[in-house]
Amino acid sequence: MSKHHVSTTINGEPTEFLCEPQLTLLDVLRDELHLTGSKEGCSSGDCGACSVMVDGRLVCSCLMLAVEAEGHTIETIEGMARGHDLHPLQRKFLEHAALQCGFCTPGLLVAAKALLDRNPNPTETETRYWLAGNLCRCTGYDKVIRAVLDTAAELRGSDTVSE
Amino acid sequence: MLDYTAPSTVEEAIRILAEAPGTAKVLSGGTDLLVQLRSGRTKPDLIVDIKKIPGMSGIRERDGAFVIGAATPGAVIGECEALKRVWPGVVEAANLIGSTQVQGRASLAGNLCNASPAADSVPALIAARATCVVVGANGRREVPVESIPTGPGRTSLKPGEFIVEFHLPKRPARSADAYLRFIPRTEMDIAVVGAGVSVTLDPGGACTDARVVLGAVAPTAILVPDAAAALIGHTLDETVLAALDQAARRACKPIDDKRGTIEYRTKVAGVMARRAAVIAHERAGVRR
Ligand SMILES: Cc1cc2nc3c(=O)[nH]c(=O)nc-3n(C[C@H](O)[C@H](O)[C@H](O)COP(=O)(O)OP(=O)(O)OC[C@H]3O[C@@H](n4cnc5c(N)ncnc54)[C@H](O)[C@@H]3O)c2cc1C
Ligand code: FES
Ligand code: FES
Repeated sequence: MSKHHVSTTINGEPTEFLCEPQLTLLDVLRDELHLTGSKEGCSSGDCGACSVMVDGRLVCSCLMLAVEAEGHTIETIEGMARGHDLHPLQRKFLEHAALQCGFCTPGLLVAAKALLDRNPNPTETETRYWLAGNLCRCTGYDKVIRAVLDTAAELRGSDTVSE
Repeated sequence: MLDYTAPSTVEEAIRILAEAPGTAKVLSGGTDLLVQLRSGRTKPDLIVDIKKIPGMSGIRERDGAFVIGAATPGAVIGECEALKRVWPGVVEAANLIGSTQVQGRASLAGNLCNASPAADSVPALIAARATCVVVGANGRREVPVESIPTGPGRTSLKPGEFIVEFHLPKRPARSADAYLRFIPRTEMDIAVVGAGVSVTLDPGGACTDARVVLGAVAPTAILVPDAAAALIGHTLDETVLAALDQAARRACKPIDDKRGTIEYRTKVAGVMARRAAVIAHERAGVRR
C-alpha cells in the first residue's frame, strides 16, 4: 500500500509523517506521533474526546483523514499548557473538580478554549450548546460548565459569571 | 486498497473521477464518509478530496444572489451575516447539523449527497429554490436541489459527477424562510420530522409566494405544493394554518421506527409546518 507524506504544523512545530490513506488524524496523532492526549471514545463523531483545532476550527480528529492535514495547522491538548504553567481552563477544571476519570477532559478543554477564544463572555446556555458534542459519563456536566464560566470571568478580569 | 488524492482544479477532479478504476468517493467534510468507511458500509478504492480546489469552500454574493461552495463547512455558513439576513432558514438548517465539532467540517454537498431522508439542510434548500451546479465528464449542469436525492442513500448523480456549488436566488422584498426540526433531545439527534418554509408577502402581509418542504417523512425530502397553496393569497390566521397543517399531514409517507410511529410523525409534520410558516411569515414582515 502506498504511504502518503504529510507536512503539517502541530502545536507550533513543523511536523512531517508518513501514513496510509485510511488512517484518521486521531490514529496518527496517537499511534505515530505519540500525542496520546486526544482520546478515542467512539470514532464516529459523537463523543468529542478526540477534539482538536485545525486552522483555528474545532473538529473531531476521528472524522478527518490524516492525509487531509497536509498544509494545515493543528493544535492538540498537548499544546495547551506552557511547560508547567497550566492554562487557566486546566487550573479551573482542577479547582472545580470538573473531572473524574478524565477521559473526556482533553476534548472538553480543547472545545472550551475554542469557545472562550471567540466569545470571552458566553452565557451558560451558549456554553452548554457549544459543548453538546463532548460527552462525559462521570461529572454530570455541571462542574464542567461552572469551571468554564469561572475561567471566562477570570480571563475577563471580572468576578461576575454570566447567567 | 484505498487511495487518496486531492486535485487542485475542477478539471483535474473530473478527469480523475472519470478514469478511476473501481469505486471513487468524493470527500467534502467527511462527517458521513469517515463514519461509513469505519463501519465498512462503503469500501471505495479512491477518495477524491475536493477541498484543495479553489472555490469549494466559501460564500460569494452576486447581485443579491448567493453562491455557496459545495464543501463550505456549516460553521462558515453560520458566520456569514449577509447570508443569514437573506436566508435565515437555510442558515439555521445548516447549523443544526451535529455538534460544534461536526459544524467545523459538515457541508451542504455532503448533507445532500449522503441522501438521508432526515438531512437537515435539504428541506430548507428546496424551500429556497436552491440549485446546484453538477460537473462531470459530460459537462456542467445546474439543477434544482430536489432533483438530487432519489431515495435513502441514493442520488441522481451519474458516476464521476459531483457538485461544485449551490446557488440561492435573489430575494424579492418581504421574503423570508425558516427551518424547524423535531428531535426528542435538544441537541445531537436525527430529525423525526423537519419542515422548511419560504414565503414572500404583499405589503398587507398576505403570501404571494410560498414553498413548504418536509424532511424525514418520506424516502426523500418532499415539496408539498398543496401546503404552499394553502398559504398563497392569505395572511396567517387559524383557518389558513389548519389547511396548511392538513395538507402537510396528507403528504407524509413516513416509516415506523424507534424515533416515531407513522401516526406520530404525520401529526408532528403538521405542527412543524405550521410553526415554521409562522416564523417565516414574521421574519418576512420585518424584512422590507
Ligand atoms: C455526530 C454527528 C452528528 C450529525 N448530526 C446531523 C444532523 O443533526 N443533521 C444532519 O442532517 N446530519 C447530521 N450528521 C450527518 C453529517 O454530518 C451531514 O450529513 C453532513 O452535512 C455531511 O457533510 P460532509 O461534508 O461531512 O459529507 P462527506 O462525509 O464528505 O460526504 C457525504 C457523502 O456525500 C458525498 N459527497 C460529498 N461531497 C460531494 C460533492 N461535492 N458532490 C457529490 N457528492 C459528494 C460523499 O461521497 C459521501 O457519499 C451528523 C454526523 C455526525 C458524525
Ligand atoms: S472519538 Fe472522535 S468523536 Fe468520539
Ligand atoms: S470525567 Fe469521566 S468521562 Fe468525563
